[in-house]
This record gives sequence, C-alpha cells and structure tokens, in this order.
Amino acid sequence: MTDLERHEYDVIVIGAGGAGLRAAIEAREQGLRTAVICKSLFGKAHTVMAEGGIAASMGNANAKDNWQTHFRDTMRGGKFLNNPRMAELHAKEAPMRVWELETYGALFDRTPDGKISQRNFGGHEYPRLAHVGDRTGLELIRTLQQKIVSLQQDDHRETGDYESRLRVFAELTVTDILKGDDGAVSGAFGYWRETGGFVLFSAPAVILATGGIGKSFKVTSNSWEYTGDGHALALRAGASLINMEFIQFHPTGMVWPPSVKGILVTESVRGDGGVLRNSEDKRFMFDYVPDVFRGQYADTEEEADRWYKDPENNKRPPELLPRDEVARAINSEVKEGRGSPHGGVFLDVSTRLPAEEITRRLPSMHHQFKELADVDITAEPMEVGPTCHYVMGGVEVDADTAATSVPGLYAAGEVAGGMHGSNRLGGNSLSDLLVFGRRAGVGAAEYIAALGDSRPAIRDVDIDRSTETALAPFRDASENPYTLHSELQQKMNDLVGIIRREEEVREALEMLDGLDERAESVGVEGNRPFNPGWHLALDLRNMLAVCRCVALAALERTESRGGHTREDFPGMDPQWRGVNLICTLDDTGTVQLKRQPVPEIRQDLLELFERTELSKYLTEPELSRLDAGSAESAQGSEQS
Amino acid sequence: MSYDAKFKVWRGDADGGTLEDYTVEVNEGEVVLDIIHRLQATQTPDLAVRWNCKAGKCGSCSAEINGKPRLLCMTRMSTFTEEQTITVTPLRTFPVMRDLVTDVSFNYQKAREVQAFSPPADLQPGEYRMQQVDVERSQEFRKCIECFLCQDVCHVVRDHEDNKPAFAGPRFLMRVAELDMHPLDTADRRPAAREEHGLGMCNITKCCTEVCPEHIKITDNALIPLKERVVDRHYDPVVWLGNKIRRRGA
Repeated sequence: MTDLERHEYDVIVIGAGGAGLRAAIEAREQGLRTAVICKSLFGKAHTVMAEGGIAASMGNANAKDNWQTHFRDTMRGGKFLNNPRMAELHAKEAPMRVWELETYGALFDRTPDGKISQRNFGGHEYPRLAHVGDRTGLELIRTLQQKIVSLQQDDHRETGDYESRLRVFAELTVTDILKGDDGAVSGAFGYWRETGGFVLFSAPAVILATGGIGKSFKVTSNSWEYTGDGHALALRAGASLINMEFIQFHPTGMVWPPSVKGILVTESVRGDGGVLRNSEDKRFMFDYVPDVFRGQYADTEEEADRWYKDPENNKRPPELLPRDEVARAINSEVKEGRGSPHGGVFLDVSTRLPAEEITRRLPSMHHQFKELADVDITAEPMEVGPTCHYVMGGVEVDADTAATSVPGLYAAGEVAGGMHGSNRLGGNSLSDLLVFGRRAGVGAAEYIAALGDSRPAIRDVDIDRSTETALAPFRDASENPYTLHSELQQKMNDLVGIIRREEEVREALEMLDGLDERAESVGVEGNRPFNPGWHLALDLRNMLAVCRCVALAALERTESRGGHTREDFPGMDPQWRGVNLICTLDDTGTVQLKRQPVPEIRQDLLELFERTELSKYLTEPELSRLDAGSAESAQGSEQS
Repeated sequence: MSYDAKFKVWRGDADGGTLEDYTVEVNEGEVVLDIIHRLQATQTPDLAVRWNCKAGKCGSCSAEINGKPRLLCMTRMSTFTEEQTITVTPLRTFPVMRDLVTDVSFNYQKAREVQAFSPPADLQPGEYRMQQVDVERSQEFRKCIECFLCQDVCHVVRDHEDNKPAFAGPRFLMRVAELDMHPLDTADRRPAAREEHGLGMCNITKCCTEVCPEHIKITDNALIPLKERVVDRHYDPVVWLGNKIRRRGA
C-alpha cells in the first residue's frame, strides 16, 4: 500500500461531540497520546444541536435537589430498564462535570446569587438544567473545543508542537476497528474525506463516541453524520448492542415547511411555559397522563398554571411528561383528526410569556422559526410533531469504565446503551456525555497501563480487507446510494417508527434483506477526493446493519415501554422490564438477537422509591425479594 | 408550487474550475442547501459541499450566493424570483479544496494563537460566582457558530493573502474581546490583541457584522470596545477618529 498514511497513538477517540471531546481531554490529562477523529470539521458535531441544557442536581434553583432525586427521575423516565449503576454514577457525578466546564471557560446563565441557573424540563422533579438560553449544546461543544486548544497550547509551550500529545483529525471517517491476534484492539482504519487517502492508526485503545443513528429515519432532528457508525463498528469488532428497539421520537420537531421537517424545537419552550393545543384549541395533554405518572402531574389547567410560580404546592403541567408520552399523545391527536394544518399540533408560548421574555429565553427558536418558517413565535403558535431524535440503545458497556466486551474498545455518549433505559429524559444527554466521556478516558488509561509494552499488532490481512471494502463502491454498478438511503429512511419511518406492529416490522426486515442485496451493487461516480456519493455508500452499510438490529429487537419485544410502542401489545409488562435484547454478529456477519437480564437494581437504590411506585414496574417475585431485603436491612440496623 | 430554477455552481479544485449551469426543481419552503442536495441526488452525485445541522446552528455550509457570504441552509429560495439565476461559489478568502468546500484551517490556526481562558488559580470548580449582567456581554460572542463568514468577508484578508499571518480576523478578535470581558479571566489581553492579533488593521467597516448569521454585533460590541481598551495603552488612529466623529455628532 503506497498511499497509506500511518499514525501511532495511545488512544483513538472516534467522534468529536461532547462525549468524544470529554474523553479526549481526560485521556490527554491521564498522560496518553490522544487522537480525536471526526467526520466533520472540529466544533461542528451534533452536540451543537442540543438546546435545553445539562441535567445536574446542583440544587441552585431548588435546594432540595440531590443525586437521589435525579437518579429517581432518570429511572422513571427510562421505565426502570436503565442500567442502574450507570444511572447512579450519572446522577452523582453530573454536578462536578458541569462545574468543571466553568473552569474551562463556559458561561452559563446565572441565578440572582451568581450561581449557575437551572431550568425545568420534562420528567425532572426540580429545575435542574444548567443552560445558556436555548443554545446549551453550542456552549458545551465550544467550551470543550477551547479546552482542547488550551491543552494543545500547554503542549506547545513544552514541546514546541501543538499536536505533540493531542491531535484532532477532522473530516476523517473511520471504516473499521482493527484487532490483533489475541482479539484485542490494535487500531483503526479510515479515509480522509478531503483526499480519499487511507489512514491507519495503531493504538491499543479506541473510544467510540460517534453519536446516534437518526439518519436512518426520514423525519429526524439528526445531521448527516448520524449514520450509526460507532454502533456498526462495534458490532463488526465483536461487541454487542443492547436495547436497539428504544428510539426516542422527540415530541416537538418542526413540521413545516417540508425542507425543515424534523428540525428540533427545544423542550425548553414547554419548560418555560409553552403549552400544546390541538385544532379544537384544547390542551390535550391532560387526557394523556398514564397511570404510572398519575399523582405527579396536574389534573386541571389552573393547577398546572399555578405550578410555574408555586411548584411546592401544585403539580406539574402534563406538557412536561417524559418525551415518549408527549410524542405518542401528539401522534394520537393528529391521527384522530385534531391536528394542525400541516399535520402537527400547536405549541404556543406567545400567549404565555411577554414577547421580550420569549426572545431572551428562547432566542434561537425565535430565530429559527422566523428565518425558516416565517413564524413569529412571540405572536403566534408553532406547528410541531414528533421527530426521530435519539437512540437509547447502543453498545453494551461496563458502567464504571465504559469498556465493551472487546478488550481495548470503549464507548461513551449516545453510542453507548443502558444509561437511559427505554427513554431518555431531556437534559440527561449532555450530562451523560460528560460523565461517561470522562470515565471512558479513565478506563482506557487504566487498560493501557495494565497492558504495559505488549501492544497488539495490526495484521496486514486486515489492512488489505479494509482497503478493499472501502474501495468497493467504485465499481461499474447501477444502484445509486442516494436512492437506497432515501428508501431506507422512508421505510424505517413508516414501518419501525413511533408506533409499531408485528406485520410492519416483518415487512421492514424483508425490505432490509432487499436493500442489503442492492447495497452489494451500489456504484459511485467520480474520484476519491471529497466525494459525497462514495461517503454515503460507505455509511450505508452501517445504517443497514443498525436498522436490522432495531427491527429485530422491535419485533422481539412484545410490550410497549418508553421509546418502543407496539400497537399490538399496548401495555407495559413487568416480565419484560428485566430483559435486555442483545444484538451481535455471528461468523457469517449475520445479526443474532438474544435475551439477557437487566442488571439488578441494588437494594439501597430500590429503597429510594415508594413501594407503591415500584409495584407498577416490578414483578411479584422482584417485589418479594425487595420486601425480604428491606426486612433484613431493618433487622440489621436494629442489631447494630 | 414547484418550479425549475437556474443555478450556476462553481465546480473545480485547487488547480482551477468553472461555473457550471444546472436547471433544478425547487419546492415551497426550500433553502439553497436543499437545492444543492437535490443536485447531488439527481444530477451530480460527486458535488462537494459541507453541511451538518441544516438549521443554522453548526456553521458548516458557508458559501457565497450571488457573491454574498451566506449559510446555504439559512438562505430561503423564496428570497429570489423564479426567473433569477442563482450563483453559488466557495468562500473566496480560503483556498478551494473541491467545488464548494474550502480549506478553512487558517481559522483553526488563529484559534490556537489566542491565549486560553485563565481563571484565578485558587478558584475551585463549583465556586464560580458571576452575575448575569456581567456574563451577558461575553455570552453574545459565544453565540458564534464559527461559520467564518466574517473571516471570509473581512477585506483585511479577503484579497490580501499577505495580511493573513498578522491578522486574526473578526472571529478571533471577538474571541479576545470575549475573554477580556469574562468576569473571571485574569489575563491582560490588550498587548496581544494589538501586537499578535492585528487589532489595529481592523478599520471598523462593519462588513463582519453585516454577514453574521447570528446577528452578533461584532464591530460595535466586540471590536470597538476592545480597541478602546487597547488605546488606553496605545494610540490607535481609528479609535481616535471614531471618538472625534461621535463627539461632533453628539
């Protein structure tokens, strides 16, 4: 291989969003020579799209908040399918991760006493989201980007080279994770988007931080980068994916004009007082409070409105239910003919807050609607509907170290699974990125320290195979990658979307068989330098693999929970609560699905909940074990 | 609702290129980026363009439309007549890589040259206290999505390659101002602003402010105040003149 560029690092971080950058900062601070690889320019990752805030129980807005309440809210939001250890670590460490950002230079909005301001959000008991207007993701990405630059400046002072310990490889796509003879990670293979030239990275540790899979759906808030690369890289490297059936449809995406359909409308609109109405001008969310959340949400508009001023003595408005509930409610309203002219519902903040307050609190929403839809949100309601936003499922990892089952392979952020169970709360993503991004950096450092000098070697046969696969689309073949992609998006949206049925999911699987076959004869025009058709052809194989996992898991889980709604199995079944669905690839490259128990929730964590609430989620045997355990610990404390 | 629009798109690479003509369908509510994507999907699968969020938040799809620096995703087709030919060219200030994609590494070099945030050494995480009114000034500049349209339009570097080494450009002079106005930053940024980042070369023509898709008042709120702070130490003819004119007008 004459045109193969080679690099050697301790750790390779794939992805430069919040998780990737936080992992890279940690790895570099742990003394590792670190490379960050991203498909886009540095600082453009999808994290910039996050609007509402970072959930962390700092207690600045309500002193009653603490990690236990954050843990409880996270488990409720995920319908108790979360990896409980991840939810615990997340709730405990989020405040420090946010405070750290201030030392990097972040400027959050402030409380009157000068602390970080915190706002209300769906599913969070207290105002908990650190924010900067409605552009918190941009603040996060820029802050981490500037921290990376700051570390590079330190290195420059010391070594004369900005990139001696930490280098960003922008506009480079990784196509394969490589392993040594013993099955441990040996590096990664990819190509420069600009030149099409191939690059080989030797490194004993790889951290996946590639984000989600939303570009497999037609209506999505996700950018082109979200093609499930990390999910597919992990699968092909031998790691497993969990819970891929759980996909979050954000309740409020733009619905008009067609070209912006799916673009996110932040949940902060509702957190700050915005309400949802149907074509009959009714605040319909009061009709959609599910049993598990009764008692926590207001029954009347009057009480809901009082809550904004007096949250101690009133219950929350149902517009602030977790996202899965609100998305399903909107879907039903539209289906039953009470939708807005362009097939959504009305989200109105104009009659709820003074215009000046709206432009101050929601500046980018004001800007977005004005520029893209000719709608002035200070004077008229927005039209909104569900949009594919986030995948709860992802690479199976160890909670403490972010390690996958492949030695040397780590995953953090959206690409990792387990943390959010069946549904993620708003604001818990940015905190997830920081908490587990950092933990992945630490995990990789510990692994490398234990490895000593015996680093796995890259095998030539792998380089040849990766090269061949990457060049394959330059064949004389007729299938157009854009056509295949748009068919995939349409079908996934229609058949494995927000509401699912057995026959439709089966149809999706057949559709995927057909697309897999056609993908074999995708051909691209032109040459290797900056060729988007070629890039899409390579991303397509990742999307197809991930979509198959989604469809297989969606077919298997015969209940409705969080981001998985089966019209033919509408209820939540406690038997299913304890089951994770695991996807792996077998020797022939075929996806295999199996069931695996969800890690048990520790007794002390279970005791953070009322028994009556737990009884809505757990099976009878689980409840009996809980009771036995409580009796034992009560006895234990009597004795001591 | 739909019509066929006439487009001229620059195709080529570092060795040269030309404007090529296309006729392409346009539907209601679309932006220029939609049309570029339609070209890719139906006529020119290898047309190179950068983009990400398609919502004006990431600043990737910067280009020049009819000669004006714009975000492709925030330029609605309804701002043109159906008869108008729309010309899309790459950013002029930066070297072309291919088609609409330019090499913007200049900006990342400049970013590295601005000394990082320097907090008080003894202040621990969680102890930061700042008032909203004090952070708001810097917050305005942190709205920047780094689309580099201001860098592209700035005449100090737009047609003066030789000025590039000595001039950080509006985006990074604004970054200096942002840090200078950060309530807890301890560094004195005035000497570097003048000596390393070329603040004196800016003669406040406000071209940067005009093209900013985030509507940040780069000149009025960042560059002029920074010049005034620097002038406390050094004489700057533009600030001197500006003060004269303003005083006369008052």
